[in-house]
Amino acid sequence: MSAALVTSEHLTKTYGERLAVDDVTLTVHAGEVYGFLGPNGAGKTTTLRMLLGLVRPTSGRATVLGQPPGDPAATSRTGALIEGPGFYPYLTGRDNLRVMARYRGVAEAEVDEALERVDLRDRGGDRFKAYSLGMKQRLGVACALLGHPDLLVLDEPTNGLDPAGRQDMRALVGSLAAEGQTVLFSSHLLDEVQDLCDRVAVMSRGRLLVESTVAELRGATSLFVRAEPADVTLAVAMRLAGEDRVERIDDGVRLDLGVDRAPEVARALVAAGADLRELRPRERSLEDVFFDLTGTEVAR
Amino acid sequence: MTGVLHSTRAELLRLRLWPALWITVGLEVLLNVVFVYVFNYLAYRGGGGGGLSDGLPPQLLLARMLPVAIPEVLVQGLPMFGGALMLVLGALAAGSGYSWGTVKTIALQGPGRLVTLSGTLAALAVVVVGVVTALLATDVVASLLVATTQSQAVVWPALGEVARSYGAGLLVFGVWTLGGVLIGTLARGPALAVGLGLVWVLVVENLLRGVSLAWSPLDRLTDLLPGTAAGSLAGALGAAPASEPGGTPGVLTSLSGPTALAMLSAYLVLFLGVTAALLRRRDVV
Repeated sequence: MSAALVTSEHLTKTYGERLAVDDVTLTVHAGEVYGFLGPNGAGKTTTLRMLLGLVRPTSGRATVLGQPPGDPAATSRTGALIEGPGFYPYLTGRDNLRVMARYRGVAEAEVDEALERVDLRDRGGDRFKAYSLGMKQRLGVACALLGHPDLLVLDEPTNGLDPAGRQDMRALVGSLAAEGQTVLFSSHLLDEVQDLCDRVAVMSRGRLLVESTVAELRGATSLFVRAEPADVTLAVAMRLAGEDRVERIDDGVRLDLGVDRAPEVARALVAAGADLRELRPRERSLEDVFFDLTGTEVAR
Repeated sequence: MTGVLHSTRAELLRLRLWPALWITVGLEVLLNVVFVYVFNYLAYRGGGGGGLSDGLPPQLLLARMLPVAIPEVLVQGLPMFGGALMLVLGALAAGSGYSWGTVKTIALQGPGRLVTLSGTLAALAVVVVGVVTALLATDVVASLLVATTQSQAVVWPALGEVARSYGAGLLVFGVWTLGGVLIGTLARGPALAVGLGLVWVLVVENLLRGVSLAWSPLDRLTDLLPGTAAGSLAGALGAAPASEPGGTPGVLTSLSGPTALAMLSAYLVLFLGVTAALLRRRDVV
């Protein structure tokens, strides 16, 4: 197991009566892309703020790069974009990065490299206030890349981007990941996390519901079958898989059975006199998992 | 220490390119020229005695515009108008970062909150030195111009007196700038900080002093105000108090020079301490 760059134990933040983050325990390993998934208001940003030392936890502990959150030794090796980019509106994009490079103590020569990385080099001479939302967001990412940090924390980096911009941002995070960059990346969009992340944590209402690999979270592959008549199909499915491991979806039935049981299902359906139209493995999308998890949460 | 240096360089870069800074500094210099030289010159040319001259004879008006008067001229504008502008600058410099989100971005760069505060204050100190130097330079140029055009002998003031006034300028502007930084930090935004700060400097302090004339127990309180200390320091260094004909608003004689100096130093430490404590303890949201 590679080294843990970020750990938190029972991290909790309350604002008055309101519990913003409730007992969050997580681990981010070196070299992985860690997705932080949850609807808006789930407590993702507050958790990231605590990990970066912007906000003091009410209780619980965390370490970032082996240091307590906000320790200069950790912060100087972490690049972060939290809840939208904050820059001087009257300065150009390039001058904004020059200012931040000075604060960070890295060579100003890195500024153009970072602008290049997010495809802003040509517009680096424009004032920040004249940037579109997407350009502002990209400048925020460029700022986080200054000084080649060991850990990159991106809070909803695709927020406010158009589809093309979103695609570019994904490609950027993907290429960073390919270079071995550790990325902690939050999103309320499932497909983003599904495509990019090695491991994900799902948050809802301040609580971390589950932390695991994308594959584990999706669970074992199930079977999808479409056959007629429907009542015969359902009866056969229930007999093979068990009553509570069958679900009617679309115009067919999903069975919680491994792919190796497919021939048996086909034989049983034919033997029962059903016309088999379709039989295939079915992977659960993260979306299914997410709604299962948060749905349970809501119903509680 | 390198962190402080990095932060200072960063803050200087962004201040240098900030139009608001140059507008404030330019206004400061312009007001000085207009109030000390242009108005006095017009009153002098008009033969004195009019409303503009506040009843002063022409010779006195002229004497105020000559190089020898530089030490008094330099300090007379400090307490009220000069101070108010520096307060605005401090409040804008510290408060705007909250609305722009740069407070958060800077906090994520790594040097630590107190280190970046030190950088900000060091950069603002450079600005204060620049402003006082610019005021001194315009006083030198304007007074030389008056002396030459009015065929007056150029008599320079003692260097020690100039240095004393220059130092007083640094202290008074430093206190007001830090006061601005404190209220900008307290308010976490520029608008409320600038508004309330100006009302305090230009209205509340003067009202309290006005009331204290009628009700003497209030003296004890008004003697403790930062504006009283700044005004008294200017008064102790030769500027004409507001209570005299031709005196400058804000200049006072309530406190002795050393007391005013001690009060201002105490305010400097107080403003610095409270700002640092706030930044260290508060969440960055």
